[in-house]
Amino acid sequence: MAHRLTGWTLSGPATLLVSLCLIGPVAATIAATFQSGQGPWALYQAFFESGFRMRVLLRTLEVALVTTAVSVIVGFFTAYVVSRAPARWRSLLIILAVFPLLTGVVVRSFAWLIVLGRNGIANSFFVWLGLEGAPYPMLYTQGSVIIAMIYLFVPLMVLTLVGVLENIPDDLIEAAASLGATQAAIFRQIIFPLAVPGLIVGAVLVFTGSFTSYATPQLLGGDQQMMMGTLLHQRAMVAFDWDGAATVSAIMVVVTLAVVGAMTHIARRLNPMAT
Amino acid sequence: MTGRISPLLIAFTVLVYLFLLGPLVIVIGASISDTTFLTFPPQGLSLRWFEKIFEMSAFRRTMVTSLQIAFASTTIALLIGIPAAYALNRYRITLPAWLSTLFVLPVLVPEIVLGFSILRSIQVGAGVPVLGALLIGHTLIVLPYCVRVISASLASFDFSVEEAAISLGSPPIKTFFTIVLPNVQSGVIAAFILAFITSINDVSVALFLTGPGISTLPIQILAHVEQFFDPVIASVSVLLMFLTVAVMVIVERTLGLTFLAK
Repeated sequence: MAHRLTGWTLSGPATLLVSLCLIGPVAATIAATFQSGQGPWALYQAFFESGFRMRVLLRTLEVALVTTAVSVIVGFFTAYVVSRAPARWRSLLIILAVFPLLTGVVVRSFAWLIVLGRNGIANSFFVWLGLEGAPYPMLYTQGSVIIAMIYLFVPLMVLTLVGVLENIPDDLIEAAASLGATQAAIFRQIIFPLAVPGLIVGAVLVFTGSFTSYATPQLLGGDQQMMMGTLLHQRAMVAFDWDGAATVSAIMVVVTLAVVGAMTHIARRLNPMAT
Repeated sequence: MTGRISPLLIAFTVLVYLFLLGPLVIVIGASISDTTFLTFPPQGLSLRWFEKIFEMSAFRRTMVTSLQIAFASTTIALLIGIPAAYALNRYRITLPAWLSTLFVLPVLVPEIVLGFSILRSIQVGAGVPVLGALLIGHTLIVLPYCVRVISASLASFDFSVEEAAISLGSPPIKTFFTIVLPNVQSGVIAAFILAFITSINDVSVALFLTGPGISTLPIQILAHVEQFFDPVIASVSVLLMFLTVAVMVIVERTLGLTFLAK
């Protein structure tokens, strides 16, 4: 009994902070969407009937899915090479992946402004090559947002997977090889299945991160490529439509929690090591 | 691991790393250009855009605010996160399982939604001043790092050592500071650094919690980029990268970099 009390007392301040300043306010935001005065679902009806807002939602889902798919594939092969590199190379490659991850989102998105801008490096190169129609307008397109997002999330995927791939016992691979399995077979039948839980964790991080991002779509997409994050900010701080902003918030929370929940469920069922 | 990696995969990895590091090299190049517009390769070398940062009061002020908020929120998060992590490990059986999930919530809830909700309920609703709301928001987003990283260190700590000290007459609080805390020192340093970096780089929460004269550096950068396209932003970015490198060197010296890859 005394233990129980000590446990609660020690975790009390943190519990209180999360309950009062996170759960409370977020719940209040979601509750507000049902209290607009025109029936509980009026705001959602307005959202889903507005062609513009539906396009924003679908665009955000599309960008997040493409970003996740590419980051998973690129991250997996890169992490595979990193995890099998000689020890000295491995730590260098890990440092080089950590560095961009610790550099802020704003700085990393801004870098792509210099690359993709009208007088940016990519366009200077295209003009130098004498390509027809160069310079091309590349900023404020869906492509520019997706490239910058992939850039943002590949390091996260690599680092998540390097840890998982390094934990695959060498004995397992040696045993398979000594029994005559080819490299391709080892990759397909041992390494890939054992990496699936890590792939799912990484995919969830990338999907939720890109689905809720603000700085990247703001800098590289602008108003033409509005996404849920930029729409939420625009509703709240430019249009002062707090009901609209709250609706966007609620949809973002529901999508995020649904994806996290579904993927955690799948990961549990697929994990061969699960008890 | 054994076995050879196909040259095709190695070439692919080299390309991925060029993609990851190229844009950052370009930012560094653009920051030392002598031109008034952003360009790469730099035309004429000059450090004048670095001087310019410190001449512009908006950057100076927001940089100070960002550092203050990062220090304060990380310290508070550690002060309430360390006891929580300790309780989660020490009294695991008596505390409900959902409690550890509770401390991960700030990661699950989209940051931008958290920012907007704090603006609604805490800043406007409860009348908390901008700086206070900003501090609450940042403490919340860095708390999961503190609790989780320190929990991970405590998981490998043998609590019977603590019990031995207490049974030999050492007061519980003194035991915590002389026995438990020194054993999880590396976890505390790692948590501090991750939390600090997270706070310094945050955009989504601070976006809603800035007021007249009060803003953070990332928000100031965003605002500046939307109006001007000069190398001063590249210089600020390089300064932030230096900060990252400094942090990585500290981590490397104290913990070894494998710590960050976990």
